[in-house]
Amino acid sequence: MPRPGSAQRWASAVGRWGCRLLALLLLLLLLLVPGPGGASEITFELPDNAKQCFYEDIAQGTKCTLEFQVITGGHYDVDCRLEDPDGKVLYKEMKKQYDSFTFTASKNGTYKFCFSNEFSTFTHKTVYFDFQVGEDPPLFPSENRVSALTQMESACVSIHEALKSVIDYQTHFRLREAQGRSRAEDLNTRVAYWSVGEALILLVVSIGQVFLLKSFFSDKRTTTTRVGS
Amino acid sequence: MAGFGGGRLPAMGPAALLLFALCTVGTRGLYFHIGETEKRCFIEEIPDETMVIGNYRTQMWDKQKEVFLPSTPGLGMHVEVKDPDGKVVLSRQYGSEGRFTFTSHTPGDHQICLHSNSTRMALFAGGKLRVHLNIQVGEHANNYPEIAAKDKLTELQLRARQLLDQVEQIQKEQDYQRYREERFRLTSESTNQRVLWWSIAQTVILILTGIWQMRHLKSFFEAKKLV
Repeated sequence: MPRPGSAQRWASAVGRWGCRLLALLLLLLLLLVPGPGGASEITFELPDNAKQCFYEDIAQGTKCTLEFQVITGGHYDVDCRLEDPDGKVLYKEMKKQYDSFTFTASKNGTYKFCFSNEFSTFTHKTVYFDFQVGEDPPLFPSENRVSALTQMESACVSIHEALKSVIDYQTHFRLREAQGRSRAEDLNTRVAYWSVGEALILLVVSIGQVFLLKSFFSDKRTTTTRVGS
Repeated sequence: MAGFGGGRLPAMGPAALLLFALCTVGTRGLYFHIGETEKRCFIEEIPDETMVIGNYRTQMWDKQKEVFLPSTPGLGMHVEVKDPDGKVVLSRQYGSEGRFTFTSHTPGDHQICLHSNSTRMALFAGGKLRVHLNIQVGEHANNYPEIAAKDKLTELQLRARQLLDQVEQIQKEQDYQRYREERFRLTSESTNQRVLWWSIAQTVILILTGIWQMRHLKSFFEAKKLV
């Protein structure tokens, strides 16, 4: 029979260790949950002569991808620049319509990428970018995968990956279609204004020609009358 | 942290790390800087009946300490969402941290605009605000662990549910694509029509003005007895 004192001591020791283990487990879970990273897909408006920057804190060794595409505006191009925490330029392109850049973070810190429309004087641009950091978070954050996936589960995982790439292709198709539609609508309005404008110019010029010609013949009479009086 | 009873000193290590982890959890994600009266707009081109969830967190720049304060009460952000027809779907003031949700009823470009509505303008003057933003659209907006807990699904059922949601999103996007292609085709046909009618009209105007010019000048020269 254990003595009451030792049972109490044993219970308190178990309680202490239990609390520590719980704390460590929670800590591990919290560090694991946001760890896998994710993707940010944003479409924003870039006014003329403006530069907009986005920042993200990335851990060392994470594989990241930056993809951008210009949807509407001017010549559908933008300057893009990606810098690491020390200010070293990892990627720099001027007047690009679409590009994709993959890199592995060599150090911890804040990575910065900027889009610039400073070369344009009056066109607003709409820019889409997709910044993927690491892998997508798993479906089960508290998953403690010790055993391998069953055949059904691995089939589900591969279908999920395939569908993700279908959605990605759909997004790019939608953006290209938006770009094409934007150009077609521009063309339509330009044709409308131009046809009305040119018809007016035509009328003004032809009527003007006639009256100008008439004035050449009328001038001689006024000059002769002036000389006479 | 009431759970850490006896043996407080040895338990401080993991507790401190836990607190640090809690602090850093919220700072992950994309962020940008916004000025005082600046308005930032984001566009989401989505099919109809799609849910969009946005999460944001703001931090104010402290000029003296040259660092961003972790959280500032009194800072507010005004969120405005407009649908493709320009109608306002959501227009609300949130605190320094907020979460906004809306579901689209018409397919097209929805505009989400954020601007700060700070009550502490004096502190904010000349400073900048750091905004962490995360916008999830469609099936990315679903919280699978929550769904699993609510409907009591097994792992396989949850994976199947995720695949079903993804396929549904693809289907909606395809329908939207058909609607957009129709609009594009109408625009192109309208341009074609306009070019056709304008060239015919221009030719007619040209011929008519030419005839008018000749007749007018002929009658003018006849009156002047030059012809």
